[in-house]
Amino acid sequence: MSRRGILVYAETIGSEIHPVTFELIGKARELAEKLDLEVWSTILGYGIADKAAELIYHGADKVYVYDDERLRDLNVIAHKSVLVELAKEIEPEIFLLGATPWGRSLAPRIAAALDTGLTADCIDLQIDKDGELLQIRPAFTGNILAHIKTSSRPIMATIRYRVMKMPQRDPSRKGEIIIRKFNDVDCDGIKCLGKVSERRINLADAEVVVAGGRGLKKKEDLVLLEELANLLGGVVGVSRPLVEEGWISKDHQVGFSGNVVKPKLYIACGISGSPQHLAGMRDSGMIIAVNSDPSAPIFRHADYGVVADLYEFIPKLILLLKNRKEM
Amino acid sequence: MRLGLRIIVLIKQVPDIEKVRFDVETGRIDRSSAPAETNPFDLHALEAGLQIKEKLGGSVTVISMSPRQAESSLKDALARGADRAILLTDTRLAGADTIATAKALAAAIRKLGEFDLILCGEKTVDGDTGQVGPEVAELLGIPHAAYVCEIREITHEWIKVVSDMGDKYLYELKLPALLTVTRELNSPRLPTLKDLLRAKRSQVEVWTADDLSEYVPLDQLGFQGSKTRVVKVVIPSTEHRRGIMLRGDEAVEKIGMIILSEVLGK
Ligand SMILES: Cc1cc2nc3c(=O)[nH]c(=O)nc-3n(C[C@H](O)[C@H](O)[C@H](O)COP(=O)(O)OP(=O)(O)OC[C@H]3O[C@@H](n4cnc5c(N)ncnc54)[C@H](O)[C@@H]3O)c2cc1C
Ligand SMILES: Nc1ncnc2c1ncn2[C@@H]1O[C@H](COP(=O)(O)O)[C@@H](O)[C@H]1O
Repeated sequence: MSRRGILVYAETIGSEIHPVTFELIGKARELAEKLDLEVWSTILGYGIADKAAELIYHGADKVYVYDDERLRDLNVIAHKSVLVELAKEIEPEIFLLGATPWGRSLAPRIAAALDTGLTADCIDLQIDKDGELLQIRPAFTGNILAHIKTSSRPIMATIRYRVMKMPQRDPSRKGEIIIRKFNDVDCDGIKCLGKVSERRINLADAEVVVAGGRGLKKKEDLVLLEELANLLGGVVGVSRPLVEEGWISKDHQVGFSGNVVKPKLYIACGISGSPQHLAGMRDSGMIIAVNSDPSAPIFRHADYGVVADLYEFIPKLILLLKNRKEM
Repeated sequence: MRLGLRIIVLIKQVPDIEKVRFDVETGRIDRSSAPAETNPFDLHALEAGLQIKEKLGGSVTVISMSPRQAESSLKDALARGADRAILLTDTRLAGADTIATAKALAAAIRKLGEFDLILCGEKTVDGDTGQVGPEVAELLGIPHAAYVCEIREITHEWIKVVSDMGDKYLYELKLPALLTVTRELNSPRLPTLKDLLRAKRSQVEVWTADDLSEYVPLDQLGFQGSKTRVVKVVIPSTEHRRGIMLRGDEAVEKIGMIILSEVLGK
């Protein structure tokens, strides 16, 4: 009898595998050992077949490959159709996708087609004492963490990037690569006419984020934060009002409707700490807050709170760091 | 040729997220602890619908599945210019997860008859999943685009939109289609006092589960139809943060040292 498994969707950007995929395979591996399951993965796209081995090196036992021109574009109907067919055939116990914008657009269509439960944006997966899968996710704009169980199969979940550990790559690992073909795929109703712009910065991957809020008086003052960020090898983040003012592009927005970041160090300058902002940075390694108002909520979520005018504090800090760095 | 577009906007009433309280014991949300408002993202969906109607003609119907009190959000939508408002309300619809919600909404849309465009918010501030929109699209068998931050062009047959998925992509969708929209798309109008007064007297149509029974088996709706269950709710604690407060030049020195040792590894 064939064994049952956990299916991980390998997201590709261009012809590269999105790193969240490997994190999911790592987590799936851990769950699979406890639940006595195999780890399966599937990769869809055009010119991606040679990437399948990477999925095995990171922990997959079996990889289903769909390399087809009709899957070149991010066409949600085409990708959905192929994945629904596969899921119906191999009947995974658990089906995981990255909670990237693409994953969050694709997964609910698959769940609805399979008539199964889907848990969004999980930050952890655990096995409880009854041997059942617990899916843990923030809700209410990050104010609560809900533990969720699914009664239907497959159990589907999207998982945030950079919350699971990246597994070790082991090029000696062996597994089975299964090349798949398909005949008809329905992708009539939607056409991707191409990329119109690239994301300029990648906040999600940043190790250091220096973030500014309405404590900044004018657009030009962002240079101050840029200087500090450069010094620390980090990038500039902002609270939403600065994006709405048109000071900086949305790629830099941290928060509920922006980017979720988890850097080693987050420095919040002139940010009050609204729930919507906290939802995007509360899991950072260390949080330092600079704010002139000692009662600002951000201080309750910080490791170090500095009550100061950022226009005095930041230049002094920059100076000090520059001096010490040269030593 | 047909006249105008039949537009449907799905809106949800949510608690004011800054004020709402949670019962840690039962894992329930105490909705009475905070005033309710229309999910902020959904106001952008409504605005998009109104703008398209102004351009191409047609009608905007808003639908919400909610307890009775959500009538106020629907009346607000009427005040802003929606033509028709439908509230799905029934204890048999309560406790729905996203799939059960999507099934009820899809059934209501089927009951309304033909449509050209469905608009949703990118996500809600309470459920926070962004799943309902794409699920409704799948149940109705129509294409969707998520995270729409720009509508480039729309005709009676198709729509061209920019979808913000980190990188931005241009899509053409054949109508009928569904969009979930971001707050970048537009700035929602405010209703005038006159509109508000007019809307106060206008009627919100109330449908119960029985009104949907022709379009979906009732055991697939509400708590009974939900495939996911919240078994526990925890309030993430911030107590692990040290919360050390610093001031003045001492702060510069201290923060400088911390950054050097912990981050730059010096
Ligand atoms: C649906 C929804 C989604 C949202 N999504 C997001 C999101 O993704 N990200 C986000 O950030 N916000 C989001 N918001 C907005 C959020 O509610 C807040 O309005 C916003 O985060 C506040 O930004 P701020 O802290 O920069 O500004 P403010 O709240 O105005 O705070 C400015 C702070 O700067 C301090 N300050 C002023 N001058 C100085 C100085 N010279 N030196 C030091 N400190 C100074 C002040 O004391 C104050 O604490 C969202 C809102 C809604 C409704
Ligand atoms: N109960 C509901 N009634 C009407 N529309 C809803 C409901 N729940 C969700 N929606 C729509 O679906 C979008 C995404 O919601 P969610 O999946 O809960 O984050 C919302 O912005 C609304 O447009």
